[in-house]
Amino acid sequence: MKAPAFAYVKPASLAETFELIERYGEEARLLAGGQSLVAALNMRLAAPRVLIDIGGLREFAGINVMEGTLAIGALTRHRDVERSPEIARHLPLLHQALPHVAHAAVRNRGTFGGSIAFADPAAELPACSLALDAKFLIASKERARRVAAREFFKGLYETAMEPGEILLAGEFPVLESGYRSAFQELARRHGDYAIVGLAAHGRLANGVLSDVRLAYFGVGATPVLARNAAAAFEGKAFSDAAVSAAQAALEHDLEPSDDIHHSAAAKMHLARVLTGRVMAQLAGAER
Amino acid sequence: MREPAEIMEVKLVVNGETISRRVAVRQNLVDFLREELGLTGSHFGCEHGVCGACTVVVDGEMVRGCLVLAAQCDGARVETIEGLSGNGALADLQRAFHERNALQCGFCTPGMLLTAAELLARNPRPSREEIRAHLSGNYCRCTGYQAIVDAVEAVCRARREEAAS
Ligand SMILES: Cc1cc2nc3c(=O)[nH]c(=O)nc-3n(C[C@H](O)[C@H](O)[C@H](O)COP(=O)(O)OP(=O)(O)OC[C@H]3O[C@@H](n4cnc5c(N)ncnc54)[C@H](O)[C@@H]3O)c2cc1C
Ligand code: FES
Ligand code: FES
Repeated sequence: MKAPAFAYVKPASLAETFELIERYGEEARLLAGGQSLVAALNMRLAAPRVLIDIGGLREFAGINVMEGTLAIGALTRHRDVERSPEIARHLPLLHQALPHVAHAAVRNRGTFGGSIAFADPAAELPACSLALDAKFLIASKERARRVAAREFFKGLYETAMEPGEILLAGEFPVLESGYRSAFQELARRHGDYAIVGLAAHGRLANGVLSDVRLAYFGVGATPVLARNAAAAFEGKAFSDAAVSAAQAALEHDLEPSDDIHHSAAAKMHLARVLTGRVMAQLAGAER
Repeated sequence: MREPAEIMEVKLVVNGETISRRVAVRQNLVDFLREELGLTGSHFGCEHGVCGACTVVVDGEMVRGCLVLAAQCDGARVETIEGLSGNGALADLQRAFHERNALQCGFCTPGMLLTAAELLARNPRPSREEIRAHLSGNYCRCTGYQAIVDAVEAVCRARREEAAS
């Protein structure tokens, strides 16, 4: 189908963007890469009166490393994150996850901020942000604030952002020595949203795991940090017994529901399978 | 402050030619190319980003033409299958697709060619798996994909051999 009629405007500055947001309020939507929004317009799932194209705010595109924090501007395209040597070095989890985000042609336009703000429950970047304990920099006309990823994803396509706010950047602590990351997802086709995926990050020192964070996605309304499953690895070496304990503990972490392709039980099974694979990868014990 | 508008003037370069037009801002890039410029080599399958039939190149990167508004392309450089066929950039891929029956109805072919060309430009030695992964966002309802992967693989090999000799 074709998009319904709307009006379009491309502000040149953040101040102008806020003025437009103030004037058009609920009738306006921000347009970043358009890879979710234009698809929704074409399917007539959305019908805003005004599209405010923030693609011109180039000062919010790019990757910067400063004092232990790596910031990804909201308008940075997926493809630039995928190809960034800084990301490969400092955030190997994102480097591993990016090729799973849609297809190359979509990654060429889709933005980091768009993925986070859209908050699809099966998306990769929200889960990675949880596992890496990222913060998001959000601004309204009046103030700027930071929200931890753990507080940000509130529900299905629902975030802690309030009307009038724009996401400006994601801020990630850079990889500390001794820490490792692993990422895998199961999808029906390469590039599709995941059926179930797992982003894992943790410390491995002398063969002992600690501070493990397991962020599952595709298993609920938001990505989920599985604290019970992660606790099963705390202070332990990687072993089949630890994996089994974590798989059992997932019962208390995840409550997947049925979707049109998979039952809740199948998703739970897949989450357990991924737990074993991803932790083996993280511990360098791939089987 | 700029005012939102439903009609807007855009100026862009399409296949090397500078073009100015008034467009409805709801018009996507492929509709613009097809309806305003008569460039009908870019196709519509799904119009929501999943099939790849609408693939075009904007500022050097391939994109989904159905998920880009013509209005967003003000100031951009756009290349389509017509331009890239005309300048011979895809000639070896086109020949290999033809020789190996990698097209039947041809509906997916422009998108397949541009996507394959992007892969080869970045990775001269892709495995079959990598070729499949890269083409995974392009649907073909006719060929069953094997012949397409064969054709892309053959071109990789030929380009490498040519570079070595
Ligand atoms: C075929 C297909 C497959 C896909 N597969 C995947 C996948 O496997 N995994 C995945 O993660 N994604 C996938 N996507 C989505 C893609 O990653 C999008 O790029 C992303 O979800 C949205 O980013 P965008 O920049 O395109 O945002 P847009 O589509 O422009 O915007 C999306 C929403 O976010 C809001 N928004 C955007 N930027 C901001 C901001 N800075 N501040 C506040 N609000 C903002 C917009 O108002 C809109 O509501 C897929 C898309 C397609 C078409
Ligand atoms: S028509 Fe654009 S991806 Fe299908
Ligand atoms: S040749 Fe017919 S869709 Fe691919």
